[in-house]
Amino acid sequence: MLVTLTTTAGAPAGSVEHGAPLTDATDLGYLLHKHPARAQSFDLPVGTAHVFYPEADAARCTVALLLEVDPVGIVRNKRFGGRDAFSLAQYVNDRPYAASSMLAVALGAVFRTAMTGRCDARQALADGPVPLEIHVPALPCRGGARLAEHLFEPLGWTVDATPEPLDPTVPEWGDSRYVDLRLTGTVRLADALRHLYVLLPVLDDAKHYWVTGDEVDKLLRAGEGWLAAHPERDQIMRRYLAHQRRYVEDATDRLVTLDGGAAPEDGTAEDGVRPDEAPAAGDVPAPGSDAVGTTAPTLARQRAEAVIAALHEVGARSVVDLGCGEGALLRLLAADRRFTRLLGTDVAVRELEKAATRLRLEDASDAERERVRLVQSSLTYRDERIAGFDAAVLMEVIEHVDPPRLGALERVVFAEARPGTVVVTTPNVEYNALYPGLEERGHRHADHRFEWTRAELQAWADGVAHRHGYAVSFRDVGPQDVGPRALGAPTQMALFTRPTEARA
Amino acid sequence: MTEQHVTGAEPRVLSVPELSLVVLVGVSGSGKSTFARERFRPFEAVSSDFCRGLVSGDVNDQSATAAAFEVLETIVSKRLEAGRLTVVDATNVQPAARRNLVALARAHDVLPVAIVLDVPESVAIERNRSRPDRDVGDHVVGRQRQALRASLKSLNREGFRKVHVLRGVDEIAHATISREPLLNDLRDQTGPFDAIGDVHGCRAELEALLTELGYVIERDEAGRPVDAAHPEGRRAIFLGDLVDRGPDSPGVLRLVMGMVRAGHALAVPGNHEHKLVRALSGRNVTVSHGLETTLAQLAEEPEEFRQDVETFCRELVSHLVLDGGRLVVAHAGLKESYHGRASGRVRSFALYGDTTGETDEFGLPVRYPWANEYRGQAVVLYGHTPTPAAEWVNNTMCLDTGVVFGGKLSALRYPEKELVAVPAAEVYYEPARPFLPDPGADAEGAGGALPQRDPDVLDVTDVLGRRSVVTGTRGRITIPEENAAGALEVMSRFAVDPRALLYLPPTMSPVATSGRPGYLERPEDAFAAYASDAVGQVVCEEKHMGSRAVVLVCREAYGAPARRFGVDVQPGGRGVAHTRTGRPLFSGPTAAALLERVAKALDGAGVWDELGADWVLLDAEILPWSAKADQLIRDQYASVGAAARAVMPPALAALDAAVARGVDVGDLRARTASRAEDTARYTQAYRRYHWPVDGLDGVQLAPFQVLASGPGEPGGQTYATRDHLWHLGIADRLVEADPVLFRPTRRLVVDLADDASRTQGVRWWEEMTEAGGEGMVVKPLANLVRGLKGLVQPGLKVRGREYLRIIYGPEYTQEHHLDRLRVRSLGRKQSLALREYALGLEAVERVVAGEPPWRVHEAVFAVLALESEPVDPRL
Repeated sequence: MLVTLTTTAGAPAGSVEHGAPLTDATDLGYLLHKHPARAQSFDLPVGTAHVFYPEADAARCTVALLLEVDPVGIVRNKRFGGRDAFSLAQYVNDRPYAASSMLAVALGAVFRTAMTGRCDARQALADGPVPLEIHVPALPCRGGARLAEHLFEPLGWTVDATPEPLDPTVPEWGDSRYVDLRLTGTVRLADALRHLYVLLPVLDDAKHYWVTGDEVDKLLRAGEGWLAAHPERDQIMRRYLAHQRRYVEDATDRLVTLDGGAAPEDGTAEDGVRPDEAPAAGDVPAPGSDAVGTTAPTLARQRAEAVIAALHEVGARSVVDLGCGEGALLRLLAADRRFTRLLGTDVAVRELEKAATRLRLEDASDAERERVRLVQSSLTYRDERIAGFDAAVLMEVIEHVDPPRLGALERVVFAEARPGTVVVTTPNVEYNALYPGLEERGHRHADHRFEWTRAELQAWADGVAHRHGYAVSFRDVGPQDVGPRALGAPTQMALFTRPTEARA
Repeated sequence: MTEQHVTGAEPRVLSVPELSLVVLVGVSGSGKSTFARERFRPFEAVSSDFCRGLVSGDVNDQSATAAAFEVLETIVSKRLEAGRLTVVDATNVQPAARRNLVALARAHDVLPVAIVLDVPESVAIERNRSRPDRDVGDHVVGRQRQALRASLKSLNREGFRKVHVLRGVDEIAHATISREPLLNDLRDQTGPFDAIGDVHGCRAELEALLTELGYVIERDEAGRPVDAAHPEGRRAIFLGDLVDRGPDSPGVLRLVMGMVRAGHALAVPGNHEHKLVRALSGRNVTVSHGLETTLAQLAEEPEEFRQDVETFCRELVSHLVLDGGRLVVAHAGLKESYHGRASGRVRSFALYGDTTGETDEFGLPVRYPWANEYRGQAVVLYGHTPTPAAEWVNNTMCLDTGVVFGGKLSALRYPEKELVAVPAAEVYYEPARPFLPDPGADAEGAGGALPQRDPDVLDVTDVLGRRSVVTGTRGRITIPEENAAGALEVMSRFAVDPRALLYLPPTMSPVATSGRPGYLERPEDAFAAYASDAVGQVVCEEKHMGSRAVVLVCREAYGAPARRFGVDVQPGGRGVAHTRTGRPLFSGPTAAALLERVAKALDGAGVWDELGADWVLLDAEILPWSAKADQLIRDQYASVGAAARAVMPPALAALDAAVARGVDVGDLRARTASRAEDTARYTQAYRRYHWPVDGLDGVQLAPFQVLASGPGEPGGQTYATRDHLWHLGIADRLVEADPVLFRPTRRLVVDLADDASRTQGVRWWEEMTEAGGEGMVVKPLANLVRGLKGLVQPGLKVRGREYLRIIYGPEYTQEHHLDRLRVRSLGRKQSLALREYALGLEAVERVVAGEPPWRVHEAVFAVLALESEPVDPRL
């Protein structure tokens, strides 16, 4: 990974009053505290940083920072190891080549003094803008070249960000996530370095280390004088702080206090979730609303309430939540004392652990732990532990099952467990037309194996009911489409009930 | 239920059923513990004093009595569950204490037996006084003795099957125990047998069936059949319901009674015999369901015949355990926990089956399909529920094929497991519920309220928890609980229908790490490894640059095997192609097209006929890798290449400029240039894994092993001991039949004793990998081989130097990286490879042995579970 920084001699256009003109470009050496005639190396935790000058004369002077990352060392060092130590991805990755947070760390370490703006030999020069050209090849840029422009242009840079092809021999693959970034501008050197220090990892949207509270201090220090007024301030903060909401809020508060300005718009709610993480099943915000700051309950909430209402209607006291995930519904059920026995099942142990935390089962009384239980189970395997409940809930679950396996689910739930009531909710695909960006037949979630029209759900549910002796009725959940196409509601519910006299 | 009193010197012999709960009854100091120790085996007796000591540390601590009995009852339960005779060593003088134990015996369907040790009070008091560790007051013994005296009168009414009372020190000292097998215990009778389903008075069909089975029928002077014997000494087993509905119940009884009494047959009673006995003995029964026919027919017979029938039917034992416990017969079947047990509910289950308590739309009781949940090792043969065809369900088979309803009379040869059947001459009786499925009705809907179950529904207990799978090649393999938990998610969310998932391939270990400069893996080490295992010849197979594919394909779409494997609902209806984790390789028309092409090629190559197969399971590699891993190649491999390509030229240019200025950059310039070369080579390496595909166009399949094949009916063959050239020969013929889809696997046989041959193998690998090949897999030519240390690795991969860049990183060949990378530990990977290999073989063996789906799934699931073991993914 590489960054080069070039100065050219000459008066900074239009800003003479702010500082001394740069008459000798090699003064860059003074500003950076690195002699242009020598190559220097620095051993850093992220690798070996080499500083040298490819050109250095009175008219033009370029410094290069080349960071050699040890690819084997990265893997062996726990600090750099990824989340999953047994994933192959960490062994073959772009960190030795891309301009990432590691390069930012190296910049901060090697040019620490320059970044503070201190230069005893040329303080006047250090205090004023100088003509600069910066070249960052292989800059990972999540959000594309335009984001690089949005981030650097407000800071006085002319930005030339050229996307790199993913593989020139496979043109159909298109662009890679890297750009070749060239910045030109007349900027105080310390500011230029601080821009890079903050914005390289922001563009990459990744950090090679765990983000802790210290990062807030670092960000505020490096962002002093330019971050508060930056139009992309909130996004910069979110990404720099690795989307950790409490740090973002802390930083925002402190910035606002510092600047005496207004609080930023409340647009941070969705940032508990990383952009590359999938949203909760089916939780596409309602069209026309940002799902944030509006008073209408979210669709997820409406759905849970509809399920609970149905359970009350049939008088269910014991309920099994099949595919409970992190326990969003289960938590609401647990808070309702009318339910005397609750069981949450999920096929993923990880989800159950999260659910246990969410339900605070660890700290619950024995009676409560008896009342609310969690077990790993699968809907394609018979499980006697899910039998004997008044009702079973399959909330946004069936669409995660491959259609050829639905028969197994049907047998396990309707033939084997045979609860008195089964509540099934699933997306209504017709309504997808109202979601901007959801293409025709596109799914609301990457893991959805299908999304059904109302007719499709009804055909399936009628068959199930007939085969297993249930009656079934259907409901819409969420805002009704009042348009001419009458597309229904975003979620559809099938409510199966078994005539009591037929129960064993 | 007899109290036996014997006075005099004759030593008492106490008869005790082999599986029973023996309750000792006697005051403190009556000698119960000594009696238990001397008359029973170690661990058979559970003492309340011992349990009191366990929970409180003091055998005399009466405050711990409740807890002690809880422990005692748990131990007793576990022993009875396992079918072990158990003796309870406690005073048991209170009726309440005995009541609990009788209930415990009943809960496990074993017979409770009481043995009373009645000694004079003075003896007991004297013994207690002399025991330093006991603290039993004289008054306590007095009270206990009072309770005992009061109990003696009522013991017989408390539910004990037998009550033995031993009076006096002498009688106790000389009494011996005689363990008697239960009436249902015929484990010493090993067959061979011919089990025959419900006859229902169809004498003509029974004669025809016996004749078909090879029995010679003997007749009385009136020409009526009275016996049938098999020249080879085979014996028939009648599964009950000999009578009712059909034209000649007396004739059937006469023949069967004759066979049983002559030792040519065994029989269990059916519910119809049960009801007949009640009717004949003058009890008030509703005469229906064909009983009226039988009674009318019997009215024609002499009284002594009727009495004979009544006695015969009354004495039939409701189920029989045969052939060392490997075969169980009962009219309505029997769940595993009831095998060899004796209780009212066991008898009722054997006669009537498990009913849900509901009735169906025809007013008939809804039968609980216990067989779907059956997981036992013993074969269970039964009748009772008429079905159109006898089929295996989890090691059980119902042989009632409705002869009286116009179906057929079926028999199963045991141990051969061959079905023999004769058709009904006519419909003798119209069934209350349609016997044959109505072709017009929705197959599942026809059941109405009846819980129609698919016998192949797997139970979560088949796979979850800490389990071990016994394999034929490597013994017991334990699956840790957490691995099973992880695999459940993958299996449930992504894998194909378990019925079609017959095999998952094992992981493969790389060769031992090479020390040669510039290399991590070399063929020489593979040859050395096999030579040290005394393998003479190995085959080197080209390692294809694709993804693993397991292909199950049936000769005929929507045919019988396709239905059995549940692939009739998959695209194309003739098979499935899945990845190494069981995910479908393709969906929709592409999947259907692939399977059709494979089936056609097997046809063209004559493989179907050669193997006598209607289905084949192939192990293969599918290419290109990008067909399944395009996203991965783009996001990971191509991205790294793009970043390197973007940064290396400017870095070199900057260094060149610095060098030109006379700046001493040390060897950074040379190092960077070398890195640039490595990254360029890396890019070349990943590019070989991508080529465009469109549907099946561009896709290639390289089969390298035939895992199994089989006929239309359950059964088949595996090929793990055929040498690899045989397997590759089949592959070659497929290539010939369809050179567009199939891709050949280049191979070279190396003779490990011959240095020239080894050198040739090394050169072959070098040429192949230098030309961009991924590498090769070295396998023992003979395929499944046992060496000096047990099962030999089925293959070792030797990956090419260039290929390994996409595994270990673009620059891994730099010697300072290699030094560290060579420190890699292969032990775990090798052990996993062997365990998974054994499990995979076991799975296909179970398939071809016609074992129930849960048994196959257990082994397949175990492979996936082991795959979730954390192992260095670069190996």
